[in-house]
Amino acid sequence: MGKIKIPKSAPSLDMTPMVDLAFLLVTFFMLTAKFRVNEAVPILPPASHSEKILPENMLQVTVDTAGRAFFSLDGQDVRKNLLKKMVQKYNITGVTESDMKRFAVMTEFGVPMSQLLAYIRGGEKERGKFDKESTGIPIDSVNNQLGDWIAFGWNEKQIDQQTKKISKDNWCRISIKADGQTNYKAIKRVMQIFQDRNLNSFNLITNMKTEAP
Amino acid sequence: MAEIIEGGGGGHGKHQKKRAKKHSSRVDMTPMVDLGFLLLTFFVLTTQFSKPKTMEINMPVIPKDSTKRVKINEDNAMTLLLTEKATKVYYYYGKFKNDASIIKTTDYSKEGFRKVFRERNNDMIAKVKILKDKLMKREIADSTYKRLVIKEKEQKNNLFVIVKADEKAKYKNIIDIIDELVIGDVPAYALVDISPAEKQVLKVMGEIK
Repeated sequence: MGKIKIPKSAPSLDMTPMVDLAFLLVTFFMLTAKFRVNEAVPILPPASHSEKILPENMLQVTVDTAGRAFFSLDGQDVRKNLLKKMVQKYNITGVTESDMKRFAVMTEFGVPMSQLLAYIRGGEKERGKFDKESTGIPIDSVNNQLGDWIAFGWNEKQIDQQTKKISKDNWCRISIKADGQTNYKAIKRVMQIFQDRNLNSFNLITNMKTEAP
Repeated sequence: MAEIIEGGGGGHGKHQKKRAKKHSSRVDMTPMVDLGFLLLTFFVLTTQFSKPKTMEINMPVIPKDSTKRVKINEDNAMTLLLTEKATKVYYYYGKFKNDASIIKTTDYSKEGFRKVFRERNNDMIAKVKILKDKLMKREIADSTYKRLVIKEKEQKNNLFVIVKADEKAKYKNIIDIIDELVIGDVPAYALVDISPAEKQVLKVMGEIK
């Protein structure tokens, strides 16, 4: 009797469904992903039960645990105009068009006006160093630079919104983001600066608490 | 792919014709799949699902003319004093007296100040609940309900909470309090500076330095 031949077949496994699924997931994540914006300082906001979603269009002041203030504003054109105004007010010379462009795409920053140009021109490394070591935007009443950033920024934003005819629901809102361990003193001062400029409605950024109320 | 392609083609016998090797019609997809999974991992790790939430707070507009300032009914006021202590909340009802005995303490837990608010705010909560029941039974219209609730919340003798935080208090504590005020349905509250007299009393109590 001859040997029974077992037909030689490759130990193959059809992986098509798995690959299909993998690519489906890739597509899903790619389309839903919204990248974390570059934060100047790590902030861990306190948790609350609020379920309101963060508005898209914001003027934000961040206060870190040391009480340093950082400023950010959405909208590239607005930022350019804002920088022009600030540079004019603080008599800073030598701002070029490329500086403006770099400033327009920047995220939060927390340096006094005297260091601003160096910050704008700096690479990632220099900016990181500034973020760590700078004193933040000055908020004391003698040298209230944050107040100027807010006043000019808000003003430019209003002009921009009116010319672009953005619906009122999407108008810029003020948000304050602070670490849970920040002292109330710094927050109070920031709120005071806003209120001095007749801005009285804030969004306080919090994380979501998971437990039910 | 995970597949071993056996040496096919070619002749087995001497006399067989030599045939061109049969090429497998499969394309090696390994690199593509590798890349796919790499991207998948990347996106899974970088996406953030829990978007930060926000709490809205409206501060009162401060009128320049001090005579136009709104006077609150102090009998219904409840003043919370927040200090750097992360576990204790001090509070008193009504007008401030320079006396440590009026100051009570509670904590940030559910059993703590939420209970305190509820007790004080019972009247309003009960009234709003009655209105809600009426709405459910369709005895009143939606717009009427909203109007009546607002009216109820504007009643003069409702609870009014004044949150006074010491400069050393943590932001977290303030957010916790505001959160509880919202949950407790407290109709009106304000964030005010702590007065030196109040600080002095806490100092006498030995609660702050």
